Amino acid sequence: MKKQKTSVSRKIFLACNYTLLVLVCLSCVLPFVHLFAISLSGRPAVAAGKVTFWPVEFTLSSYEYAFKKGDFMRALGNSLVRTFLGTMINLILMVLTAYPLSKDKSRLMGRNIYMAFFVFTMLFSGGMIPTYLVVSKAGLKDTIWSMILPGALPVYNMIILMNFIRGLPEELQEAARIDGASEFQLLYKVVLPLLKPSLATVGLFCIVGHWNDWFSGIIYLNDRAMYPLATYMQSLLRSFESLMRQAGADYRQLASQINVRTGRAAQLFLGALPVMVVYPFLQKYFTSGLTLGSVKG
Amino acid sequence: MKHIKKRIRREWQMHLMLLPGILLILIFSYIPLYGLVIAFEDYNPGRGFSSPWVGIKHFQFLFSQPNFVRTIWNSLYIAVFKMLGGILTSVVFALLLNELGNKILKRIFQTLIYIPNFLSWVILAGILTDLLAVDGLVNQALQAFGMNPVNFLGSPSIFPWTMILSDIWKGFGFGTVVYLAALTAIDPELYEAARIDGAGRLSQTRYVTLPMLAPTIVLMLVLALGGVMNAGFDQIYNLYAPVVYKTGDIIDTYVYRLGITQAQYSVGTAVGLFKSAISLVLVVSSYKLADKLANYRIF
Repeated sequence: MKKQKTSVSRKIFLACNYTLLVLVCLSCVLPFVHLFAISLSGRPAVAAGKVTFWPVEFTLSSYEYAFKKGDFMRALGNSLVRTFLGTMINLILMVLTAYPLSKDKSRLMGRNIYMAFFVFTMLFSGGMIPTYLVVSKAGLKDTIWSMILPGALPVYNMIILMNFIRGLPEELQEAARIDGASEFQLLYKVVLPLLKPSLATVGLFCIVGHWNDWFSGIIYLNDRAMYPLATYMQSLLRSFESLMRQAGADYRQLASQINVRTGRAAQLFLGALPVMVVYPFLQKYFTSGLTLGSVKG
Repeated sequence: MKHIKKRIRREWQMHLMLLPGILLILIFSYIPLYGLVIAFEDYNPGRGFSSPWVGIKHFQFLFSQPNFVRTIWNSLYIAVFKMLGGILTSVVFALLLNELGNKILKRIFQTLIYIPNFLSWVILAGILTDLLAVDGLVNQALQAFGMNPVNFLGSPSIFPWTMILSDIWKGFGFGTVVYLAALTAIDPELYEAARIDGAGRLSQTRYVTLPMLAPTIVLMLVLALGGVMNAGFDQIYNLYAPVVYKTGDIIDTYVYRLGITQAQYSVGTAVGLFKSAISLVLVVSSYKLADKLANYRIF
């Protein structure tokens, strides 16, 4: 393709192409720059609409407020606990389910029935309200388990993992089986080590899923102190003003220097940061996960 | 009989491994599935899923409600344009990016357009409410170019398009990466042959690239079809307001308000059941189509 000589029309095309691509990339980046600039600007400047992509009347008050007032840090802590615990449970259940299902029905009695049992839940579900009623009846409301147990076995990711196990060479497992290893030993000592790359892929799906999930917090938790970060952020969207009004005497001084927009911007930026930082590393896994899931016939 | 005993002795550990997953799915997927019966009952907290039977009363009520019929239309309208717009934008940008000779620059562009895809709608909604406010940055820019400010989030006629375009903006980076992967798989000899036949850049795109890309496009389209009833709860719930209910209220937001906020469990479930039933038909036919047209199987 390089051999082709560059004609005038080609040059014009390339110039337009670059311009368009740069503009589109800017549209994906500038909103975050704007958010960051607002979070670092002074209250009067923001109120007057003077801030675009560079902080005006630079101040760190909004961040100071976020860190000093306990809500944000507590929500961050809740999110870390929930994401860690939730992902661990996801991974354990996915491995335990994917391994037997990777055998065919001559090796596992009723394999296809089990499979249909799991797949059906992807096609048809009870939906929001019956699920809500079951979780409430089970007494999980206002506990961390309401956000973890209902989705504890992500079926789609489990199938990705199952397809991966199927691609592993049988010989190793067979050899261990002849040596008298039990299925549990086999799974733990032979299969699991080979599974690391794909566990990383599905694990990352689970991490991002838990980190970004705000909805279960909204419907199952009444106590704001238990909110994970995403749920806390969601509640900020509508009620930052009233929250600031409730700020205790210690924070009133600080609260007077920031306004709704700067305060919210700082917290949104902090909330987006973890995902933005790890995202270049995630990117590779997300595309590989897409190809893992497919079995081309 | 002896045979079965032997198999159980050999396989019991694997069945044991399946047990925790089966129990959880049973409790949190199959019991709610059974719970759909409350769509035909008058839900009573004391009696739970075996409340008094009322048949299709709630469905009759729903279809007499203009609000409900409206949400179906809104959901389809928003979802269809999101789907078509998303695929079109992704294909166009994959083609444009593919024209870049510079690998590093290509990589940078690809990374940047992928950013919004990873952030939750909660965070994006926070940013968009700020950017798209009547006195926000976008409107300041419009006014600088001498245009009238637009009420992106508060005007019923504009709101659905704000949703469609912002969803495309969030998601097209992902699609672009998928199509770019498909583009790099095209055999360079095909282009060589086309050039020998005197095809210019444009004809090469028209007669080589697009036909080679067609299976991937069809696959993505077909898989998206299954989600047509999902117009995007996370996005719309975080951006809408009563002012735009007329055009912006979708099935899922309606279920939420009815079922969770107003605690009308039976009516809410009836709406949910209606949606799940249509979704089931769509998902099954889309998987069938994907298998037939693109030879793609998920299971």
